[in-house]
Amino acid sequence: MRGADKVIEALERQGVEYVFGHPGGAAMPIFDALVDSKKLKFVLTRHEQGATHMADGYARATGKPGVVLVTSGPGATNTITGLLTAQMDSSPLIVLTGQTITSMLGKDAFQEADIFGISMPVVKHSYLVRDPNDIPRVMMEAFHIATTGRLGPVLVDLPKDVTQGHPLPECTTDFPEKVYLPGYHLHPKPDPQCLEEAAKLLMASRRPVLYLGGGCIAAGGHQVAHAFAEKTRMPVTNTLLGKGSFPEQHDLSVGMLGMHGTAYANRTVEHCDLIMSVGGRWDDRITGKLSEFCPNAKKIHIDIDPAEHGKIVMPDVFIEGDARQVMEELINLVGPIDTEEWLAQIDAWKKKYPLKYGKKGGLKMQAVFDRLYELTNGDAVVTTDVGQHQMWAAQFYKTKHHRQWLSSGGAGTMGFGFPAAIGAQFGRPDNLVVAIAGDGGFQMTLCELSTAVLNKLPIKILVMDNKYLGMVRQWQNLFFDNRLSGVDLEGNPDFVKLAEAYGAKGLRLRRNADIDKILTQALEYNDGPCLIHAECEKEDNVFPMIPANAPLSEMIIEPPKHKLAAPTGST
Amino acid sequence: MQNGSSTSTATAAPIVDQQTDQQVTIGLLVNDRPGVLVRISQVFARRAYNIESLVVSQAHIPNSSRMTITCSGPVDVLNQIILQLNKLVDVIHAYDHSDDQAITREMGLFKVACSVEERTEVLQLTEVFRGKAVDISEETITLEATGDSEKLDALEKLLNKFDLREMVRTGKVVMARGSLTT
Repeated sequence: MRGADKVIEALERQGVEYVFGHPGGAAMPIFDALVDSKKLKFVLTRHEQGATHMADGYARATGKPGVVLVTSGPGATNTITGLLTAQMDSSPLIVLTGQTITSMLGKDAFQEADIFGISMPVVKHSYLVRDPNDIPRVMMEAFHIATTGRLGPVLVDLPKDVTQGHPLPECTTDFPEKVYLPGYHLHPKPDPQCLEEAAKLLMASRRPVLYLGGGCIAAGGHQVAHAFAEKTRMPVTNTLLGKGSFPEQHDLSVGMLGMHGTAYANRTVEHCDLIMSVGGRWDDRITGKLSEFCPNAKKIHIDIDPAEHGKIVMPDVFIEGDARQVMEELINLVGPIDTEEWLAQIDAWKKKYPLKYGKKGGLKMQAVFDRLYELTNGDAVVTTDVGQHQMWAAQFYKTKHHRQWLSSGGAGTMGFGFPAAIGAQFGRPDNLVVAIAGDGGFQMTLCELSTAVLNKLPIKILVMDNKYLGMVRQWQNLFFDNRLSGVDLEGNPDFVKLAEAYGAKGLRLRRNADIDKILTQALEYNDGPCLIHAECEKEDNVFPMIPANAPLSEMIIEPPKHKLAAPTGST
Repeated sequence: MQNGSSTSTATAAPIVDQQTDQQVTIGLLVNDRPGVLVRISQVFARRAYNIESLVVSQAHIPNSSRMTITCSGPVDVLNQIILQLNKLVDVIHAYDHSDDQAITREMGLFKVACSVEERTEVLQLTEVFRGKAVDISEETITLEATGDSEKLDALEKLLNKFDLREMVRTGKVVMARGSLTT
């Protein structure tokens, strides 16, 4: 059997449904083998970056690994942003790249790129296969590594002579019964002593808060998190990636924390006497100034990755393990905590600092997301790019379902939202999928309109057009004397016409008064993708805001009246 | 090293925690696979940390290699580095051997140019350090010495009094004492 056929067989054995990608010379044997597969559906993208985000969106929406197939050279290097995005947010991807023939490796052959070397810092693991007989083992290991422990992307570089069966021999080995990886240690069962200690700290606390991150969703920990919060009567906050791990409508939820989180979530964290992270990583968007982050609170950190232990915050107790498994054991060791006074205080904060936005002036992004939430009953699968629209969407599109919210958190990748929505819609054909994109981000991957139209995917695409790279403009406005530099997106196309040019439905939204009408029209449209060009107010800023590296107590809730010092934190 | 402790002045507040740097010796057992060295060195390089000494050789277990790495930095960063090394799929384990429970050795070759009159002194010095002469020419004498790194440092210092033309050191190797695992 040709190596290429073995690659396809490996994908079929793993239950892969879709392969996202783009062909080229070095990958031709694999594309040829794909013709004979009855199980795999190939989705031709218009750019390899789009393929990686689609596979990532598919993975985040379904919990199954996303698969990408591209060629060598530029085809391979175009996957780097997608690999980084997946690596930063621990999303399981398998990226197969074609490569020049083994005898030409290192000789600057046509479309040769050392993708094995280039990608190393942004993958969980990677392979350069030199022997066709290694294919079954490598493919099994790749899937095993991507989908266990802390999830992440794995790249497999496949030289053309390894896959095409000549002049190198064909693949004669079979799939091993199990993988043997002596250096790959999967998490142990949670340590009973750590569990006891954590339970003791929890029961001694009076102002605890449960902080849920992306790891809680990856582990399928949403149900036990719910039970845990209700049993202990702990308030719950979630990160951007943790949206969907606990219903934000619940009385115990304070919503998202961090730089643009709710004021009441940040007050809760600021004043807590115990914070328990479940699958979170104390990101700098969350802690603000580290030396002043909850200095007097006990900290419990539950994470599947032992390298997270003390990386940012040194916890009192670290429990290595799968978020779900740890909570399922810990819940048996705890009872109700006396949080009545604490919850009353939090309620007062909720009343004092509600999320709000002005109703006057041009079209408000906040109002669009607020209404989208109501009109979709909070059930849509929502994807975003990065920036102002992302933060407002996170604030106003409250989540309640596991795997409902797909956003590039760690990498902050512009152009993620739309292709991720395509991948999510393939994986969840029966769900409503809404891509919320910025005018900047959308223009980075909009070529995938072809992919969405050809596959008749009923995605709703909201292009939030304020003719600015809004978040950067906000920083220049607040911290750089409004000296605007490189943020003007004057010259944006007419996105309605653009959608129509691709054969998609296009709708225009200009006034707050039309939000319901236009959104309803889009939601009722079912003949392929529908794009809304939302022409928004140009100069609105996102609040609350904690300037980078400021302590949580310095949260800015209302637009400031005086000039602010430039933040000292990273971006 | 990025986080030097002597860079701050009275007027400029220090940007990084003023922790004194420590040296760490890490013993690794790794899969003998292409790329493993790059993955390991990237854990250091992404912080712009410098590997001071690196020794790689075959292990007694098939398909695996031994590495000994020496690096300096603040303790918390070094601890994080060791955790991240252990996280690599091709690293079977990485242990910190900076304490005294380990034997460390290094071998050095020293090429000294010296006159016939100076030779006796150089050879006496070599003997004190339990080294030996391995090559001799009309102008030069080449010495071999083994020991912990401090011993070789001391020998180098003394040989500098002569015309030390070249020095090549293997870098430090480590082995845990007794039944402890390296």
